Amino acid sequence: MTTSVSAVSTEATISRIVAAQHGRRGPLLEILHAVQAELGHVPDEAIAQLARELNLSRADVHGVVSFYHDFRREPAGRTTVRICRAEACQAVGADALVTHAHERLGIPPGRTTADGAVTVEQVFCLGNCALGPSVQVDGETLGRMTAERLGTLLDEAVSS
Amino acid sequence: MSLLKEPDFGTPERPGEATVSVEVDGLAVTVPQGTSVLRAAALAGVDVPKLCATDSLEAFGSCRLCVVEIDGRKGTPASCTTPVAEGMRVRTQTPRVAKLRQGVMELYLSDHPLDCLTCPANGDCELQDMAGVVGLRQVRYGYEGENHLAAEKDVSNPYFDFDPSKCIVCSRCVRACGEVQGTFALTIEGRGFDSKVSPGAGELFQDSECVSCGACVQACPTATLQERSVVDLGMPTRSVVTTCAYCGVGCSFKAELRGDELVRMVPYKDGGANEGHSCVKGRFAFGYATHPDRVMKPMVREKTTDPWREVEWDEAIATVATKLRDIQQRYGPGSIGAISSSRCTNEEVYVLQKMVRAAFGNNNVDTCARVCHSPTGYGLKQTFGESAGTQDFRSVARADVIMVIGANPTDAHPVFASRMKRRLREGADLIVIDPRRIDLVRSPHIEAAHHLQLKPSTNVAVINALAHVVVTEGLADNSFVAARCEGFEEWAEFVARPENSPEATEPITGVPAGELRAAARLYAQAPNGAIYYGLGVTEHSQGSTMVMGMANLAMACGNVGREGVGVNPLRGQNNVQGSCDMGSFPHEFTGYRHVADDTVRTVFENLWGRELLPKPGLRIPNMFDAAIDGDFRGLFVQGEDIAQSDPNLNHVTAALSSMELVVVQDLFLNETAKFAHVLLPGASFLEKDGTFTNAERRVNRVRAVMPPKTGKHEWQIICDLATAMGYPMAYDHPRQIMDEIAQVTPTFQGVSYELLDKLGSVQWPCNADAPEGTPTMHVDDFTRGKGRFVVTNYVPTDERTTSRFPLVLTTGRILSQYNVGAQTRRTGNVAWHAEDVLEVHPHDAEVRGIGDGDTVRLASRVGETTLRACVSDRMPPGVVYTTFHHPVTGANVVTTEISDWATNCPEYKVTAVQVALVHPLEAAATGAAEDDRLAVRD
Repeated sequence: MTTSVSAVSTEATISRIVAAQHGRRGPLLEILHAVQAELGHVPDEAIAQLARELNLSRADVHGVVSFYHDFRREPAGRTTVRICRAEACQAVGADALVTHAHERLGIPPGRTTADGAVTVEQVFCLGNCALGPSVQVDGETLGRMTAERLGTLLDEAVSS
Repeated sequence: MSLLKEPDFGTPERPGEATVSVEVDGLAVTVPQGTSVLRAAALAGVDVPKLCATDSLEAFGSCRLCVVEIDGRKGTPASCTTPVAEGMRVRTQTPRVAKLRQGVMELYLSDHPLDCLTCPANGDCELQDMAGVVGLRQVRYGYEGENHLAAEKDVSNPYFDFDPSKCIVCSRCVRACGEVQGTFALTIEGRGFDSKVSPGAGELFQDSECVSCGACVQACPTATLQERSVVDLGMPTRSVVTTCAYCGVGCSFKAELRGDELVRMVPYKDGGANEGHSCVKGRFAFGYATHPDRVMKPMVREKTTDPWREVEWDEAIATVATKLRDIQQRYGPGSIGAISSSRCTNEEVYVLQKMVRAAFGNNNVDTCARVCHSPTGYGLKQTFGESAGTQDFRSVARADVIMVIGANPTDAHPVFASRMKRRLREGADLIVIDPRRIDLVRSPHIEAAHHLQLKPSTNVAVINALAHVVVTEGLADNSFVAARCEGFEEWAEFVARPENSPEATEPITGVPAGELRAAARLYAQAPNGAIYYGLGVTEHSQGSTMVMGMANLAMACGNVGREGVGVNPLRGQNNVQGSCDMGSFPHEFTGYRHVADDTVRTVFENLWGRELLPKPGLRIPNMFDAAIDGDFRGLFVQGEDIAQSDPNLNHVTAALSSMELVVVQDLFLNETAKFAHVLLPGASFLEKDGTFTNAERRVNRVRAVMPPKTGKHEWQIICDLATAMGYPMAYDHPRQIMDEIAQVTPTFQGVSYELLDKLGSVQWPCNADAPEGTPTMHVDDFTRGKGRFVVTNYVPTDERTTSRFPLVLTTGRILSQYNVGAQTRRTGNVAWHAEDVLEVHPHDAEVRGIGDGDTVRLASRVGETTLRACVSDRMPPGVVYTTFHHPVTGANVVTTEISDWATNCPEYKVTAVQVALVHPLEAAATGAAEDDRLAVRD
């Protein structure tokens, strides 16, 4: 029964979000952000529902959702760590951070640890180039990152 | 002819008065303002390399192959997205752009399988062509890196394969699905290197919103989207331009063959009706023409209980002639007759009615249009003076408000629906008047401003209420009415009466008065308001009244006589307009002229050398009644399955069983053939030479792709039969039949095969006044002079719901199937619609204990049948809906003989019924029996 209750509430949540944007032109992106903010991700069943409610095709919605890596299709871990791999950060050792995280957690970028503790993502520029390599932990941007500091951050995240 | 390659100008035409002159590679060219540099170059005769551009789609600018240099401008702009400017000098071949193009091609090919020699698109691949055009000699990137070559093929669609390993992500398929078809079933999923074409939300084609129109296959420049028939059979080698034989849109196709085998049907860009677009039926569902069920030899039998015996043509024709004459000897000249088919060509229908009038010596000829659009002929003749729609299809692109009444274009007239949807996306408003929530009411990117969900059978009350608002709120176009119409005052006084107000009719129609008033204002105040309608208007006891009601409304609002307006029937069958034009009705010669008109009759008598009867003959329902009474004994049925398509089937079959001779001319042993004594095998449209006339009066050539598989053309069969009956009829070629039609029919005076070959098609009237035809009718005057307002009293149908039959059944169509399904059921289209289902509102289903998918019994006062229920809120409570594509369903077993007062068009759209759950055990038994019947038939 838990599933169906959550299915109902997911549907109701999405309907409420859509209703709040009623009358706005091209509201899909705003709605997707709101869905992710409330549900933590954009579940599969949201695609058909959004298409129906916004009078779009499923392909329309899928095209937008899949274009932006920021829209996640599965729930994230309790902590999200983003490592910048854009040119400036790469030039000052970002790839080493990625390797370090991979070794430390056993998952490549884009995945969540099996215990649901940490999600590691790669991003391309956090706008912090002067202080690279940069990492973002749950929205907080941290510059001049080192493998050592990242290790500590990941240890904290794993045990949280 | 060899394979016909149509030119591709890269970007769409930009019609307009203002022109711009430019120079491309030193060649001067003058083009309309807004034209792309790419198109201007093509018009100048310079082909600029391109991949993502094609002239059916707006420019996209993604492939970067069409880059050019323009004097005085920086860089290398994409010529597809750059509009021309006065005096522009363009250079399409410079070392700089050559290097860029080669670089682009190298990137494409570094992620493309190098299997050209074994690829199904070999020889018809733009990527292959472009590699040659840009002079590619090497791919420096190698093929070892990450690539998409192992991407899995999607073969879920019955007609085409999707092989993403060959995809160059040009988006042409995605854009075609949106811009051309208007379905938006495709998207580009992901970004960057991960970009790929995705049907729906990462689904298979067959599970997605795809309607299999083929626009994506048509647009694909590679073998990524490829017809399965090309994969299986190879590239075609020659083309024949012909006309689709499905619905009344009348799309032009290139039939592409390999030897004498039809490989594919490709929509023809020069086709006036479709301009390069198609639907699943015309594009793909032609397999029935070679289905093993086709009857290839004439067959006869003494009694309908005897087995069929194959005979030669001579014997079959002699048998029919002797028996028909024998019946006439015993029961009188009026004891036999014929029914013409709207599936046949104009020429075939013309010779059939000629045979009846001249050889049979009576006027007992009627047409299957009796059961669909006969009220259109009557109603538009009474009001406008011509039994045909007022516009060409292109006109919809100028409409500001589109009113769709009792029609479901996305299913029944899909190619026209795509035009309409394009206009709606551009901003035109839509009013839908229909008991069912059809897809047009709300589907991706389309939404009706008003859906007047009326109760079935209350059309006239609704149209009167709309007129009431127009008249009482001062919305009528008084200057148009004063200058061009008559009878307005009487009509205006009638519709203005309080009983016709939206408030007074609301209890009858179920349409909220406020909504109706808003819709009336929207239509009346539009600069251009256009009405499109279908069988939901005509197939009623007041079908003719409703047609006149719509004509009244259009005239009152000044919406006749120019582009973007009009009253337009969406004709069901490919040649229903033509079969009516050709004198198929018992009271009319060609061009809708009454048989009692002495002047007209003399023309025919002189040409045909026989005295003709001034008295109209029997209509189809009269034939059935007379057969049961014993006065009507012999019937020739040309390509129509009356034992499945006509109403109150028990009555029809009783009539057929009463006759001494039933002759059926058809491709298959259809339901009617069960009652036949002679079966004359017909030819498919692929084997015919002739013409079809579509819903916009467009006369299109049908050209034989192959000789008749039966050894005889259908027009020859009729001529041989008339000759055997003592009235010699002979032509060398259908062109001679058309010449005779032109000779005796003022509206066809200028029509000839020479003209059709020259112009491609022509819309009648085509005569000295309009030598190239008439796209828009009634421009300065109505055909009858003044447009006539006719008072249209609402009279409720006699078909009432009762406690025994509390629900109203209405019938309709589905995209993938066509009419009684004789053709489409014998194609891959069964993948979409394996059976007819009954749509029941959740409320009606619940009180009857019916669940989705349950087998239910559908009963009316005349018959009953069983089918599966589909619980759906598309219908309002109290109304159920089904299709009639499958004979096992026998939807017409339950429809009644109530018909239009003026034309006898049956009231298919209203039947009082009851629906009850069939016990699962009983359902299993019935289902098994039905499976057996199907197995026998198919």
